[in-house]
Amino acid sequence: MSEVKDTQGQLWEVFIQTKKGLPFKHFGSVHAYDKEMAIQNARDLYTRRGEGRGMWVVPADAIVAIDSSDDESFFDPSNDKVYRHPTFYELPDGLKNM
Amino acid sequence: MGAEELNVLFQERIDANDKIEPRDNMPEEYRKHLIRQMSQHAHSEVIGMQPEGNWITRAPSLRAKKILLAKVQDEAGHGLYLYSATETLGITRDELIEKLHQGKAKYASIFNYPALTWADMGAIGWLVDGAAITNQVSLQKTSYGPYARAMVKICKEESFHQRQGYEIIASMAAGTDEQKEMAQDALNRFWWPSLMMFGPHDSDSPRSGNAMKWKIKRESNDVLRKRFIDKTVSQVELIGLTVPDKDLKWNEKEQSYDFGAIDWDEFWAVIKGGGPCNIKRLKHHKKAHTDGEWVRKAAAAYAQKQAKN
Repeated sequence: MSEVKDTQGQLWEVFIQTKKGLPFKHFGSVHAYDKEMAIQNARDLYTRRGEGRGMWVVPADAIVAIDSSDDESFFDPSNDKVYRHPTFYELPDGLKNM
Repeated sequence: MGAEELNVLFQERIDANDKIEPRDNMPEEYRKHLIRQMSQHAHSEVIGMQPEGNWITRAPSLRAKKILLAKVQDEAGHGLYLYSATETLGITRDELIEKLHQGKAKYASIFNYPALTWADMGAIGWLVDGAAITNQVSLQKTSYGPYARAMVKICKEESFHQRQGYEIIASMAAGTDEQKEMAQDALNRFWWPSLMMFGPHDSDSPRSGNAMKWKIKRESNDVLRKRFIDKTVSQVELIGLTVPDKDLKWNEKEQSYDFGAIDWDEFWAVIKGGGPCNIKRLKHHKKAHTDGEWVRKAAAAYAQKQAKN
C-alpha cells in the first residue's frame, strides 16, 4: 500500500440519455478510480431527480477532439458541397409531396 | 498569430456573445480570473455544507431531516459540477483543494457565520440560497461555456433550496411567540451578511472591470444586490417579520427600495479571517480530507490490482 499515491482518481466524461429513444448527451464529468465507481458517482451526481434513462461513462483521455484553432478549416470542405442540401435543386412548379 | 492579434480576436468573439470553450484560445488573465472565481464558487458550495450538515442530526422531524440531507447532498453536487468545470481550464481538483487549505483560495464569507438555531436553516435556505440564486441566474449567461452550463444545472436545483428554507421560516413565524422570535432573530443575523454576498460596491470592486469586459460577470454587484432586496422585502412582510434596516424605504420614482449603509468593516474583517467560524470551517475541511486519505488510497490500489488481472 505504501507506494500508492494519494489521488482524486481519474476523470471520466458522463453521457446521459434523458428519455428512451433520445440521443445520449454530454452532461459533465466525475472523478473515479474504476469504471464501476465512475458509473455510481455519475448516477449520484447527475441523476438525483430522474434525469436519466441511460448512461455512458468514458475515460476523459479516451476522447479524441479536434483542435479548436483548426475547427474552421476542419469543417470547411462541407461548405462548397451545397448540392447535399435539398434546397439546392431547381424543380418544376406544381410539384407535390416531395 | 501574435498575442496582441489573438486578444483582439478573443474580444471580438466575446462581443459577439460567443461562448468560449476549454480548448479555445483565451488570454492568460481570462483563464486566471475564471480559475479564481470558479474555484471560489466551488469551495463555497462545499464549505457551505458545514453549517447545515451540523443540523441534520438535530432536525425536528423525519421529514425535515430527509429534506436537509437532500439539500446538503445537492450542495456537494454543485461543488463537484464546479470543480469539474474549473478543471477544464487546466488545473486539477487536487491543486484547487490544496490552495483552499493553504488559504490562497477563498470561499463565500457567509459560511463563516454560525447556524445557531433551527430557524437559521430557514434563513440560510431562504436568504443565502436566495442571494446565490440571484447571482447564479445572471451567471447562466457567463462567457465561459462549462461555467454557464454548470450554472444552468445548479439554478434548476437551487429553487428547491430556497423554497424549503422559506417553508421553515414561515412555519416558525406562524408558531408560538418564542418561535416567531427565533425566526426574527435568524433574519436579523443573516440579512446583512446576505447583502454582503454580492461583494463590495461597484466603485470599490477592482476586478469587476475585466470581468464585465470579458462577460464573465454579466451584471454588477450593486445591480444584483438591489434585485435581491426588491424581491425579498415582500417575502419578509408576508410572514409578519421585519427587515432589520431602519433606513429601508420604497422609492416610488425608482420603483425600488432604498436601503441603509452596509458595514463594510465587518465584511473585510470576515474575509480576512476574523469571522466567528473561519478557523473552524477550514480545520474541519482539512480533517475530512485527511481522514479520507486511506479511502482514496485503497480505491487507487484496488483499481491498480484490477488493471493487472
